[in-house]
Amino acid sequence: MSAAPLLAVEGLTKHFGRTPHIVRAVEDVSFDIAPGEVLGLVGESGSGKSTIGRLILRLIDSTAGAIRFDGQDISRLPERQLKVLRRNAQMIFQDPYASLNPRLRVREIIGEALDAHRLASGARRNERIGELLETVGLQATHMSRFPHEFSGGQRQRIGIARALAVEPKLIVADEPVSALDVSVQAQVINLMQDLRQRFGLAMLFISHDLDVVELMCDRIAVLYLGRVMEIGSSDDISQRPRHPYTRALLAASPKADPDAPKIRRMLTGDIPSPMAPPSGCVFRTRCPAATDECARVVPKLRSASGGHRFACHYDTAHDEEPAAA
Amino acid sequence: MDTSHLLSIRDLEARFRTEDSEVTPVRGVTLSVGAGETVALVGESGSGKSVTSLAVMGLLPRPAGRVSGGQILFRRRSGEMVDLVSLPLPELRKLRGSEIAMIFQEPMTSLNPVMTVGEQIAESVRLHMGLSQGAAMRRAEEMLDLVEIPNARHRVYEYPHQMSGGMRQRVMIALAMSCNPSLLIADEPTTALDVTIQAQILALIGRLQRDLGMGVLFITHNLGVVAEIADRVTVMYAGQVVETGSVRDIFRAPRHPYTGALLNCLPARARHREDGRRVVQSIPGSVEFVNGGCSFAPRCTRAADICRTDAIALENEKERSVRCLRWRETFA
Ligand SMILES: Nc1ncnc2c1ncn2[C@@H]1O[C@H](COP(=O)(O)OP(=O)(O)OP(=O)(O)O)[C@@H](O)[C@H]1O
Ligand SMILES: Nc1ncnc2c1ncn2[C@@H]1O[C@H](COP(=O)(O)OP(=O)(O)O)[C@@H](O)[C@H]1O
Ligand code: SF4
Ligand code: SF4
Ligand SMILES: [Mg+2]
Ligand SMILES: [Mg+2]
Repeated sequence: MSAAPLLAVEGLTKHFGRTPHIVRAVEDVSFDIAPGEVLGLVGESGSGKSTIGRLILRLIDSTAGAIRFDGQDISRLPERQLKVLRRNAQMIFQDPYASLNPRLRVREIIGEALDAHRLASGARRNERIGELLETVGLQATHMSRFPHEFSGGQRQRIGIARALAVEPKLIVADEPVSALDVSVQAQVINLMQDLRQRFGLAMLFISHDLDVVELMCDRIAVLYLGRVMEIGSSDDISQRPRHPYTRALLAASPKADPDAPKIRRMLTGDIPSPMAPPSGCVFRTRCPAATDECARVVPKLRSASGGHRFACHYDTAHDEEPAAA
Repeated sequence: MDTSHLLSIRDLEARFRTEDSEVTPVRGVTLSVGAGETVALVGESGSGKSVTSLAVMGLLPRPAGRVSGGQILFRRRSGEMVDLVSLPLPELRKLRGSEIAMIFQEPMTSLNPVMTVGEQIAESVRLHMGLSQGAAMRRAEEMLDLVEIPNARHRVYEYPHQMSGGMRQRVMIALAMSCNPSLLIADEPTTALDVTIQAQILALIGRLQRDLGMGVLFITHNLGVVAEIADRVTVMYAGQVVETGSVRDIFRAPRHPYTGALLNCLPARARHREDGRRVVQSIPGSVEFVNGGCSFAPRCTRAADICRTDAIALENEKERSVRCLRWRETFA
């Protein structure tokens, strides 16, 4: 990558609780995001996606690791020195119902973000709120309404307008379309694509839906029990997956095509508890290729080609039939 | 009337009384499920899928909700056809849990938190099959085995909260299967699960359906899941069935404009825009219940004046049906 990264995360670790009940939510995670780039985080529930998003925005504090935003490590800065981060990084949430204060009008919801950074006041404030609403496909007149007067998709648009108010460089979008019906999801996906194009936004795009992530993201990181199993370009991950977990995840996602091969190579068992992750490779209790070594040694991320890396002792890519496209 | 079907819903209408008015969230549902067949009922949030399934089970919340029109014909194991709408409640209760079973999205809400899973299954089979306490517990163990819960002999003594979401869903299925139903209604049973667990549960339902020859009405809004499990598909929009067909016909050659538009919203059907970004086709606007005329008209790219006057009938043709005045012109 040529441009200096906007965000560089190194060895990020988050443990919740204390001994003996430590939840290892995020363990030694590293990645970076270039200006204007969209990195997808995929993984099943509890894999640490939301925790990583909240760590990056300093909504919670990390246990270890560095988070460099525009070159500066913000992971240990006190809140009063986080102005630059607050001004340049914003969040969009999954639940458009829960993430907007029901007692505030849209004008206040978006206005709060403007006021916090003194971005517009007086007549200009309303004008700017109207502009933001129009940017996300709503109308300026909607500013005097309350959240309950909008549909789920419209509320998600309000959440996006609120995030855009500060003209951020980075947006952390945590499952922004997961709660929406497919037709509404399509509207919001297209809106987010427009905004990327228009404002050159970089994004950490969190989702458990591989189809959506593949569509939205330049690169994808696959998480399992708080660790990165594989990271690479969207094509690397969806067309040339190298990690057994990535392949299992692709195989388990139902294809909306009755002629596609039916679900194949099923993973057995449940995701282990993050309070007692397996030794060695955390995926080994469900991995069809696991050996004794996998129980002893934690596999390091290694390079497949270019920026494509995967954490497995073996290269099983050619042992099985390629994942269905 | 086609008596080969296990379940045959005709022109179902269901109403709810609210404080100051009455709503009709189901207003024209016609669908059927044959023995040994899996029919997917798809539609977006609020389209009336759950209300339809609750009507079949006689579980609409009383007194606010009621079936206000149509028939729900069910073929009993004895061969007799009964209309569940007019069946006396005690009779319906007897059918429910014995010949017709249902599973839901959130197993926690239908499992009893203070009873072990074994006791719950045993209680149900005692009630419906008149088994003794000992035989019922053995049956419970068999059922957990059947739904591939490892170590069933010990798991019968666990409580629901001691299990993962996927395991709880298996217990729900075991409970539903314990009386050998001929019809299973599954309302979004995998929506709350992770994809690898969803794959396990779909495979399990598919296997039970084949082994036991059950009919399955599978309710979902996930078109990927539909393609995975369904033999036939019924599509709902704003309280009405708008199209029915084989899974291949629905995905390959949809006739109703809504079905086609919905499929094009799928991320897997994204296309590249001039700026290189990938976008999907979307359906503008949102669902409205229209009185008189086609409910989809406000969002339909093919709408014409004739679409906005009279109610539109469901046209039936062998294995297909469609509720659109113009499908021949547009999709022929
Ligand atoms: N008890 C009730 N009282 C009044 N209206 C109700 C009641 N239950 C459901 N409805 C209405 O009936 C309509 C259909 O609801 P239903 O639950 O069948 O939708 P659905 O297709 O299952 O949607 P989802 O995909 O969200 O589960 C909705 O508009 C809903 O608000
Ligand atoms: N505040 C918290 N206290 C304790 N455990 C937490 C907290 N937040 C998240 N976790 C745990 O951390 C793990 C990762 O959670 P999360 O980041 O929410 O996963 P995801 O977003 O991938 O579903 C889970 O095991 C979750 O239960
Ligand atoms: S390291 Fe071993 S257990 Fe882990 S993914 Fe590779 S083969 Fe499987
Ligand atoms: S009846 Fe008219 S408005 Fe309705 S779906 Fe058909 S063409 Fe569109
Ligand atoms: Mg999350
Ligand atoms: Mg429902």
